[in-house]
Amino acid sequence: MAEQDIPAGGADEARIPTVIADDLHIVYRVHGGGGRGTATAALRRMVRRERGYKMREVHAVRGVSFVAYRGEAIGLIGSNGSGKSTLLRAIAGLLPPERGRVYTDGQPSLLGVNAALMNDLTGERNVILGGLAMGMTRDEIKHRYQDIVDFSGINDKGDFISLPMRTYSSGMQARLRFSIAVAKEHDVLMIDEALATGDKKFQRRSEAKVRELRAEAGTVFLVSHNNKSIRDTCDRVLWLEKGELIMDGPTDQVLKAYEEETGK
Amino acid sequence: MSETTHDSAPPRDVPLAELAARHGLSVSGARPSLPGYVRQLWGRRQFIVAFSQAKLAAQYSQAKLGQIWQVLTPLLNAFVYFLIFGLLLGGRGGMENDEYIPFLVIGVFVFTFTQNSVMSGVKSISGNLGLVRALHFPRASLPISLSLQQLQQLLFSMVIVLVIALGFGHYPSWLWLLVLPALALQLVFNTGLALFFARLGSATPDLAQLMPFVLRTWMYASGVIFPLRHMVEEKDDWPSWVDPSLLADILAANPAAVYMDLVRYALMDGTFAESVPMITWLYALGWALVVGVGGFVYFWKAEERYGRG
Repeated sequence: MAEQDIPAGGADEARIPTVIADDLHIVYRVHGGGGRGTATAALRRMVRRERGYKMREVHAVRGVSFVAYRGEAIGLIGSNGSGKSTLLRAIAGLLPPERGRVYTDGQPSLLGVNAALMNDLTGERNVILGGLAMGMTRDEIKHRYQDIVDFSGINDKGDFISLPMRTYSSGMQARLRFSIAVAKEHDVLMIDEALATGDKKFQRRSEAKVRELRAEAGTVFLVSHNNKSIRDTCDRVLWLEKGELIMDGPTDQVLKAYEEETGK
Repeated sequence: MSETTHDSAPPRDVPLAELAARHGLSVSGARPSLPGYVRQLWGRRQFIVAFSQAKLAAQYSQAKLGQIWQVLTPLLNAFVYFLIFGLLLGGRGGMENDEYIPFLVIGVFVFTFTQNSVMSGVKSISGNLGLVRALHFPRASLPISLSLQQLQQLLFSMVIVLVIALGFGHYPSWLWLLVLPALALQLVFNTGLALFFARLGSATPDLAQLMPFVLRTWMYASGVIFPLRHMVEEKDDWPSWVDPSLLADILAANPAAVYMDLVRYALMDGTFAESVPMITWLYALGWALVVGVGGFVYFWKAEERYGRG
């Protein structure tokens, strides 16, 4: 089913692989899923030794293989819950594979810093904390601090950077998060759509930033439900459905098949 | 690389693992060697410190008095313990208030340091799954950082302790400086314990429910609110096979009691402080080394598995 052998532009020879996924399987284990949530129900399940009180397994990625080369921009498409974000996390080495392997050149990074930030702290401290969490040094952050703040536009309407992040509107929070996340240079960069938020003006600015990052990074992965942005930025597309790789090939070809399938 | 050889043939002709090896690609998310891991951690030292400070600052940021609670919380704690154990209950083993209250307050704060380190260690992975699943960093950063947060909390508490010690007529001497090595050893011990429980807690989150009971038992068995040796040896209805003085020795060698007694030895005057044997320092060093190194290695062994489930 998977058409792995379609090369994505450029000669087959002399291409340098940066990411190789070899029959990759990812399984999530969820505690407390399934069954009724009451204490008596849990006790009954324990006494009867029924399965389900322990945990449920979600097989999110099933046997995906592909090779990504330097200079490629690869889009990931598929319906919600098809395993796109999970695949990205596995490539980044953040989710341990159940079976199979991911080989990478250097350390791929996920464009996501949200989790390191604390809403009770000021924007200023969050810039520093987020930068350190991504592996920057204090000097690097100090060097880029003004760029980050300017790019986020947080201070356009007064001195908001010195207020706790919980006082920001959700749009302002998203803008600051994005600005921190893109402050670092990456070898293999992975972008999950959820990051590109904010108003029209900021969206345009962040799209330009993503293109800039793409030029710097060796290989870019982009998860998106927006076929236009995939078409604009990617030269190769992986189509995932239920954790399986349905199709892998040049953007036009895969998007055409995808659009026929989803009836757009 | 030559363009004509088979070196870079399309993947369908070559096993993927071989292709990866040929181009020097490494397995993503593989566990680094132990020295490599230590180097990675050292590289993240700024993050570790910043994370602990951020956690500490976020703790009271919604309160009106803000960071004053850092000092107010331990002070109120000490007051409650004094009320219950100093005034209402006996059990002070022949100590007068001017000796008992510093004894009690030191015991409570020093034990709380270990207790909170263990509790935050248990939750350090399971409570920061978002972080673990989004960013790449040596996972030991989290338990270590949270232990440092507890250390900073303890330093605020020690201010109260010094005030209380002074207030009850225990005057500064060179011995007070011994607090520093005692707490440094305790920090190593706590961090090792936090790392150990971080791995356990990442696999079994239920530990967060169970540990408070275990820790409270440990607290009572370590002589936090009463002098241990006095209580064990005074009790006269032990069964015949129990040797009370041996039992007291064993209880006094447990790490919680060891670090507590050393801080008391350093800061207090009086009969209790004089009764702390010198071998306690050896115990303190031994526990710090064994648990510190053991916990670190134990945590590292599962490095690539944190973040699942």
